[in-house]
Order: sequence, then structure tokens, then C-alpha cells
Amino acid sequence: MNPIYVSRRRKNIIIKFLCLGAAAFGVTWLALILFTLFYNGLAGLNLAVFTQDTPPPGSTDGGLRNAIIGSIMMTVIGVGIGAPLGLFAGTYLAEYGKHDRLTSVIRFINDILLSAPSIIIGLFIYGAIVVPMGGFSAFAGCLALAVIVIPVVVRTTEDMLGLVPNPLREAASALGLPRSLVIRRIAYRAARAGLITGVLLATARVAGETAPLLFTALSNQFFSLDLTRTMANLPVTINNFVQSPYVYWKQLAWSGALLITLTVLALNIGARILGAERTSK
Amino acid sequence: MAVERDVMDAAGPYDRAKALSAFKLGDVTFYWITRACAISVLLILGGIIISLIIGAWPAIREYGAGFLWTQRWAPSADPPVLGALGPVYGTLVTSFIAMMIAIPIGLGIAIFLTEICPIWLRRPIGLAIELLAGIPSIIYGMWGFFVLGPFLADSFQPFMIKVFDGVPVLGTIFAGPPSYLSLFNASLILAIMVLPFITAISVDVFKTVPPVLKEAAYGVGCTTWEVVRNVVIPYTRVGVIGGIMLALGRALGETMAVTFIIGNSFKIQSSIFAPGTTISAAIASEFAESDGLHQSGLILLGLLLFILTFFVLAAARLMLMRLEKKAGN
Repeated sequence: MNPIYVSRRRKNIIIKFLCLGAAAFGVTWLALILFTLFYNGLAGLNLAVFTQDTPPPGSTDGGLRNAIIGSIMMTVIGVGIGAPLGLFAGTYLAEYGKHDRLTSVIRFINDILLSAPSIIIGLFIYGAIVVPMGGFSAFAGCLALAVIVIPVVVRTTEDMLGLVPNPLREAASALGLPRSLVIRRIAYRAARAGLITGVLLATARVAGETAPLLFTALSNQFFSLDLTRTMANLPVTINNFVQSPYVYWKQLAWSGALLITLTVLALNIGARILGAERTSK
Repeated sequence: MAVERDVMDAAGPYDRAKALSAFKLGDVTFYWITRACAISVLLILGGIIISLIIGAWPAIREYGAGFLWTQRWAPSADPPVLGALGPVYGTLVTSFIAMMIAIPIGLGIAIFLTEICPIWLRRPIGLAIELLAGIPSIIYGMWGFFVLGPFLADSFQPFMIKVFDGVPVLGTIFAGPPSYLSLFNASLILAIMVLPFITAISVDVFKTVPPVLKEAAYGVGCTTWEVVRNVVIPYTRVGVIGGIMLALGRALGETMAVTFIIGNSFKIQSSIFAPGTTISAAIASEFAESDGLHQSGLILLGLLLFILTFFVLAAARLMLMRLEKKAGN
């Protein structure tokens, strides 16, 4: 065979194998991380993790109840504040201001906020909320999470409303429905699965966030539901426990890490299934 | 007037004017609520910039531009001596090494997923790569601290140190002793974390290549690699670079994963196996116990990081927008 063909073919095969290797490399990391998490996390996962509060230094019993409940509370409140705001903002971008100059500016800024370092969000809330209010509080943590949720929801809302076919809106308008009802009754309904996907992805994103909570909600060794004081939460608790010398604390950190990862991955997969259902229809 | 109103009232539940004005009120209210929410996105950005500048102001006044090229970081000295050189160096070096690792691998996976992989395997592998992006960064940090760090220090680092021992420049870059906490470990974790971003965007932009172009190239006898090299990549270059910049923006600001495994040393050392620190790691590990000028200095570091990522992300978006326009036409 012509030597040029041989060398071209050889090069092609080598590159193909390198690409295969790259894919294997990526999948291997996921497998390794999940394996370590299950291996170390499952051992310590028992009922006490869910029913007892975080132990004092050196103690060998206790769980993560306060941290789990604190995390759920802050995530729910953060998403509760951020998601409606993001939803409305995305609605404006997609429905009212499609050809506005303001819209392109907002879209650009939103895309930057979407990838802005989360520790900067923490610094912002520290300066804007924690200092004026005179102390660390769970509420400040919720707001920090909300600021992270907003750009995610704005982006998905705008994209999903953009997918709703215009004839639907035109038909509703032709029946005499005012603009706001066209949006709420027709566009929202048509894009519902997509909108929920966006909120789920945003929840997944903030459920494991640590950096913005480090100096807003801080953490708390005790059970507390008071939003004006510090509150325990899983990520910061893990952060503190990993760096401690106590074996039992490290064990709890692994269990907590497993819980967070499973939650976040479940949210991610749920969002994807919902999104896929939408497109296959 | 009075008569008209009476007539309308008599119309009862089917009162047209009333219904119309209710619609109008609802319409206007909804419009302004959505508009206000949209504008609040701008307010958040403004708030971030203003609160960072206010917080950093004492440090800006105290240190001025010298902050940027001072290496010493001694917050407990009297008066505190603070310089950003160490963290800025660490941020740039770790991000650079991470991108060197992540770009070829991320693009390789994207090529694999779009050109080579059998269709039934595409979804599972694509999902696995996307899930890598979903894992919280603190998990990466923990994993790097307990698993990856010891592994690298016991096997990979001694190997590299031995191989490059005595080689001019490379010998200093890969100098010993091996360490659980090092710039290189942080870079590797960062590379794994940004990999999904590069892959996801590359796959998206590779799909924008018109099939006719690829088919034409295959038709004249090109191999898969030649099609990718000469058709797909040139067509999508701007988008790929945009994706890389987006990943770089992530790498620059990544906090928790890096904080665990970089060692938090403000001293600049030539070896990448030596501990270092990054801007975000410095803030994460010191902020809670800081006050006064020290805290202000940390906020100034945050401001620097924000400016850096802002420009990188802005460039990324502009490039991706250019590609979108091209795809739209």
C-alpha cells in the first residue's frame, strides 16, 4: 500500500486511541471519587447520623442531624428567594425585552455572575449583610445561596421560554388574552418541565456550596432553627471535621460527604431526566 | 357620567370595562415586577463591586499599588505587612497547569463523544463527564486531601523528581521533596474539575458544524482525525477558545478543593511540588479569624480575583456570542 496512506491511517488510529484514553481518564476519576466516598462513607452511615447532633471534640458518638436540617433549611430558603426572582428576571429577558439594549447588557452580566467565584459572593454578603447586621447569621447564608441561584434560574428560564413556539402566544393573544396572562397561562405552562429543570439544577448547585457559607452562616455545634444566629450546615461541618485530628469526626465527614454527593447527583440526574422528557415529546 | 356608570354597574359580572382595567392593572404590574427583577441582576453586580471596594479601601490606602508586588504576608506583624504576590502567583500557576492538563483531555473527550464513540455509549459517557461537574468542590478537596495527595507524594512526585534531576530548568520546576500539599496537586484537582466545562462546550460547538462540510471531507477520503483537524476545529475555533476561557474563569476562582491541598504557604517557590496558596484559598482559610487591616487586605485580594475573573469570563462570553451569531446566520 502507498506509504502515505499507511502513515495517515496509523496517525488516525493513534489519535483515536488517545481520545478513547481521554474519555477513560475522565470516567475513571468519577468512578474513583464515588468509590472512595462509598467505601469510607457507608461504614459510618447509621441511624445516629440522622438522629444525633454534631459531637463535641473527642467524643465518639453523635451524628449530623443539626447540620443536615440546617443545610436543608438554608438551601430551601435560598432557592425560595432566588428562584422566583430569577424566574421573573428570565421572563423579562425572554418575553418583554427581547430586542432591548438593556436585555443584552443584563444577559451578559448574568452570564458572568453565573461563573463568578462563589467565595466572592461570600465576601459580598459579608460586607452587605453580616457587617451591618452585626454578626454571622443563617439568614446571610441563605441570601448568599440565593445570589448563586439567581443567575442559574435566569439563564434556564430565558432559554426555556425561548423554546416555546410563538404561534402559541399569538393564538392566545388573538383570543384577547392580555400579555401577562399569555405569559403565565400559556408560556409558563408550555415550558414547565424546563423551568423546573432550571430550579433543580440551581438547587443542586447550592446544596454543596461551602465557600459562601464559611463567613456568612458560619457553623454551629448545636441544633438551632434561629435564622438570626449561626446555623450548622453540612458543607462547613465537613470542612471543619476533615481538618480535625479526631478519627470519629473524620468518619462523620465522610458520611456527610457521601450524603451531599448523593443528593446533588440525584438532583442533577432528576433534572436531566425531566429535561430529556421534554425534548423527546 | 352618572348614567353611564349605572349602566355599567348593572351589567354585573360581565362588566367589560372593569375586567379590562383589571387586566390592564395586572399587565402593568407583572411587567414592572419582571423588569425590576431583571434589573436586580445588574444591582447584584453593582453591589458586589461596591461592597468589595468599600471593604478593601483601608488596605488600598495603606498599601497602594505596592500590594501587587510585595511577597511578604505577615498579618500579625505591627503594622501588618501584606502583599498579594504569593497568592496571585499561585492562582496563575495552578490555573495554567490545570489548563495545560484539561485542554487536551477535554478536547479529546469531546472528539471522542462526537466523532468516534458508538451512539449507544454517547449518553452514558457524556452523563458521567457532566456529573463530574456536579460533584461539590468540597468533595474534591476532601478526596484530594485523603486519597490523591498521598498517592501523588508517594509515587508520582518521586518519579518526576528522579527523572528531571539535574536537567537545567525542568530540574528546578520538578524539585523535591515530595509533598502531600502542593501547587501540582491543586492543579491536577482543578484540571479534573474544569474538564467537564471544556468538554460540554466543545461538544456543543462541534455539533454546530454543518454535516455537509464533514461529509464532503470524508467523501474525498479524509480520516477522522483529518476531518477534526481541518474541518471541525477551524470551523469552531472561536467557540472552543470561549469554552476554554470559561473553564479558566472557573479554575481561577475555585476555592474549597484548592484550600485543602495547596498547603497555604505565601512563600513563592520555584518547584511545583512545593506548597503555595491561591487568592481564594487565602481568603477561605484566613477570613473568618481576621480583622482590621488584615481583613481589608483579604477583601482587596478578593477584589483582584473578581477583576481577573471578570475579564476572563467577559472575553469568554464575547467569543461564544460571536459563534452563536455565526450559527444563527
